[in-house]
Amino acid sequence: MIKFNAVHKWFKSLHVLNDINLSVQQGEVVVVCGPSGSGKSTLIRTINQLEPIDKGSLIVDGMDLCDKKTDINRLRAEVGFVFQQFNLYPHLSVLNNITLAPTKIRKTPRKDAEEQAMALLERVGLANKRDSYPSQLSGGQQQRVAIARALAMKPKIMLFDEPTSALDPEMIGEVLAVMQDLARSGMTMVCVTHEMGFAREVADRVVFMDHGVILEEAEPEEFFRNPQHDRAKQFLKQLLSPMH
Amino acid sequence: MLSYQFDWSVVTTGKYFEWLVSGLGLTLQLSAAGIVLSFLLGLLIAVLRMSHFSPLRWFAHVYLEFFRNTPLLVQIFFWYFGSYKLLPMAVNEWLNSTNFEFAAALIALTIYTSAFIAEDIRSGVLSIPKEQMEAARSAGFSYIRSMQYIILPQAVRITVPPLINQFLNLAKNSSLAMTIGVMELTYQARQVESYTFKGFEAFTAATLVYLVLSVVITALMDQYNNRVLNPQRG
Repeated sequence: MIKFNAVHKWFKSLHVLNDINLSVQQGEVVVVCGPSGSGKSTLIRTINQLEPIDKGSLIVDGMDLCDKKTDINRLRAEVGFVFQQFNLYPHLSVLNNITLAPTKIRKTPRKDAEEQAMALLERVGLANKRDSYPSQLSGGQQQRVAIARALAMKPKIMLFDEPTSALDPEMIGEVLAVMQDLARSGMTMVCVTHEMGFAREVADRVVFMDHGVILEEAEPEEFFRNPQHDRAKQFLKQLLSPMH
Repeated sequence: MLSYQFDWSVVTTGKYFEWLVSGLGLTLQLSAAGIVLSFLLGLLIAVLRMSHFSPLRWFAHVYLEFFRNTPLLVQIFFWYFGSYKLLPMAVNEWLNSTNFEFAAALIALTIYTSAFIAEDIRSGVLSIPKEQMEAARSAGFSYIRSMQYIILPQAVRITVPPLINQFLNLAKNSSLAMTIGVMELTYQARQVESYTFKGFEAFTAATLVYLVLSVVITALMDQYNNRVLNPQRG
């Protein structure tokens, strides 16, 4: 589904992605973690070309992102993206946030799009908020709407960029529950997150990054029980320490 | 002791009243058409100004600086006395057979005001967080569609208060059209004064009408803003 081959990226002189090689198969759930500034957000943002890569090759859903002929808008329609800050459209109601892309891009008839949106809102537990506006929702509710919005395009891949990092602790659970449900339904997912409980529960693989390099790639049990790299050990220790 | 005899009936009855009413009709036409056209043109110039294609950006930039920084009266004179000289004879004859004063005034008002509106819309767009564009693009919208469905609707909401100002300016500036013979409200008030020497009454009446017009425009825009654009606040 996703294949990074010797991918590099620079922000001016900063080498943010350094020789990334990574494959994600259909139906796989991959968690990417690492200290801040490790390049994990940049990595996930290259998958739908919010950040273009400078060197190497990246194939997503059979489309070569470096090929000038690739229709990037068509690719993005197949890849759902969930942001740390939700980024709902504040001028649209919850329902219209979800139906905008399906009606305008997929040309789904209004009625079908609304039915589908209601089914998704049901799934994320927010059917009663259909006519609310984003500013009237809590962070956790906004993020669940954002997930429903991404799912409304029936994406083949879902990308999550620290989806719970901007949330109050008591709201993290409700978002993770939706993500777990999605993972179990067979969705191909790449998640940048520090929620190690989530990684342990549903991830097929954990990727650990630092300074733009993938230092470790392992099954979650293996990664948590027996991290190979010193930086990974240190990272896990910090994450699990009560001071965190 | 005032020697001046007030006679309000001059402006409230009879043919002078009708003159003022017909003047108001033209003022309303000029203002309404100017508001709609200058908004659309301003929106277009704002989009060009933010284009990724540098010649378009440049064109919009020159347009803005040119029309914002020259007096409206000179622009009106240019369109009325200057522009037609560049046109073929046949077109000129046709123009003379139409209401060319009105057209020239409308063109001048529209272009002049659109420059200010474009800048207001552009600052509205710049105030929308860039994450909104990212969210739209990552859903699969092109740059233009993202602007259309996500960025501009938000920017226009933010821009409503400064837009009210520009629309009020346009309505008031339409009085300058009298200088090229458009028989709008100020022109007719001047006519009433010429015929009756009741300058105080004539221009008081015109002043009050402009005041009411401005208040109505403000109220309509506020209404639109509250009811249509920001329903979640209501």
